[in-house]
Amino acid sequence: MERVMMKGNEALAEGAIRAGCRFFFGYPITPQNEIPEYMARRMPEVNGVFIQAESEVSAINMVYGAGGAGGRALTSSSSPGISLKQEGISYLAGAQVPCVIVNVARGGPGLGGLTPSQSDYFQATKGGGHGDYHLIVYAPGTGQEMVDLIGLAFDKAEEYRNPVMILTDAIMGQMMEPVILPPIREVTTEKPWATTGKKGRAKPNLINSLGIIGEDLARINIELQEKYRKIETNEIRYEADGTGDADLIVVAYGTTSRVARSAINMLRAEGKKVGLLRPITLWPFPKQILADLAAQGKRFLVVEMSVGQLVEDVILAVNDRAKVDFFGKLNGTVPTVREVYNTINALLQKGGA
Amino acid sequence: MQKVFGYPRSLTPKRTHYCPGCTHGIIHRLIAEAIDDLGIQEQTVGIAPVGCAVLAYEYFDVDFQEAAHGRAPAVATGIKRVHPEAIVFSYQGDGDLASIGTAEIIHAAARGENITVIFINNTVYGMTGGQMAPTTLPGQKTTTSPYGRDITKVGYPIRVCEMLATLDGPAYIERVSVHDPKHIIKAGRAIRKAFEMQIAGKGFSLVEVLSTCPTNWGLTPVKALERLKEEMIPYYPLGVFRSTEEVAKE
Repeated sequence: MERVMMKGNEALAEGAIRAGCRFFFGYPITPQNEIPEYMARRMPEVNGVFIQAESEVSAINMVYGAGGAGGRALTSSSSPGISLKQEGISYLAGAQVPCVIVNVARGGPGLGGLTPSQSDYFQATKGGGHGDYHLIVYAPGTGQEMVDLIGLAFDKAEEYRNPVMILTDAIMGQMMEPVILPPIREVTTEKPWATTGKKGRAKPNLINSLGIIGEDLARINIELQEKYRKIETNEIRYEADGTGDADLIVVAYGTTSRVARSAINMLRAEGKKVGLLRPITLWPFPKQILADLAAQGKRFLVVEMSVGQLVEDVILAVNDRAKVDFFGKLNGTVPTVREVYNTINALLQKGGA
Repeated sequence: MQKVFGYPRSLTPKRTHYCPGCTHGIIHRLIAEAIDDLGIQEQTVGIAPVGCAVLAYEYFDVDFQEAAHGRAPAVATGIKRVHPEAIVFSYQGDGDLASIGTAEIIHAAARGENITVIFINNTVYGMTGGQMAPTTLPGQKTTTSPYGRDITKVGYPIRVCEMLATLDGPAYIERVSVHDPKHIIKAGRAIRKAFEMQIAGKGFSLVEVLSTCPTNWGLTPVKALERLKEEMIPYYPLGVFRSTEEVAKE
């Protein structure tokens, strides 16, 4: 195990290599350029493939081909580029092709800006492209999680034959932190469904999302939904920090969870009962723990770098059993520790009503 | 008795959904014959397009991936990079390749991606009901050019082979036709040649096959073949537009 100082984007890229990813297809867009640049250097060293595609659209379709052929394939982009990839992501979900997609998010809509944002939460967790589908979505909260979750993402993508997204942002991508890198892993996953050429198989393999014959489309969707229920049962991850005795629980992921944690630590030092619930999987969403905490009489504050997206899932999970407040900063601005501290304090003073 | 003619091993016994007189069936057979002759059935992966040939995977007895509209060359790139020893071909129509998929085909060709593209040009969007294609001839009536393609308003057809032949990446580009047995035999040879180039690792190969669409042209199968010969070939001349073997000779 090596401990090194790395930018989040580079930690993620090296984490992917260590997890056996050997196929990267990307396109330049800020603030994720460190990932394709790192891969362009690193892939030849491990006999991997790096292609700078002609567009985001082509990059995601290269991922479709490579993932469908059984390779561990990765693409990364930032918000406007992720919008371009949505067609391909819908096909990947429909054809059940395992792969990992990284969104180092920036502010939108449209061309938006280059500054960090969490305004792609809906796009990541509610589908994003056409049709009834879900990605598994991980939100790293540290440089170390950039490494750990990208490895987990490849394993889960193959376990469920489902595309997985890492949703992070410009701060997480650009910030340097010490990380421990695991050794390079040999991947031995069996993929009897992959298009390798028949190689003596009786039946050809097919990667496909078309369902126009008879009840095919209904069957495909029922199968997908059964898979999503299984993922919801088995794959929810979150961090609960000091939620047991808390009166107020802050819900935040990624960058804002770090800001919130600093504010919470200040308040707890003052004897105030405040906790943090940090979803690590944004989909499947940790609904049950929020419902349970609501039933215990806690109240919630959701902190986001958006006008309020995660907060909708919290309200749904809490289902009128508790009060949910929201503190959001618009695209391009990051909430300060003081702002979150003051917001929590104000809510505590107002009481539970 | 020696068997001199039979059903290609690389085709499934399924009956195709193609209209009477459509030439997709002939072209499928030519591809399957090339795969059989070259002994590559067990290592071949096809990519089906969006369009009439969307169900091509039902008819070929090889591994297949179904691509989004126009994206087949990108999908082929992904497959080939994972399995360089596999023989990867895409089968794409003119709407798919020459309209929505122009970026993908140009850049796959420019990279010299070691794949084979079979490009079907019938001057019309078939599956969606006969709309104007990038290859629709000047003056040709379609459902979205009901007064005939007006080049002053919608511009000119795209000659894909000529355009791609300007690039250094492609190893082999040829345009063929299937309007009579002599040309069908020539088309078969071109398709085989394209696969041979890939097997030899020469890089990108593309065969454009001039094809008919009797249904959307509103012609009988025989009249459709006549139109191909008399109207399409003058605009889309047959021949080899690029071959690295010939370039090497010069």
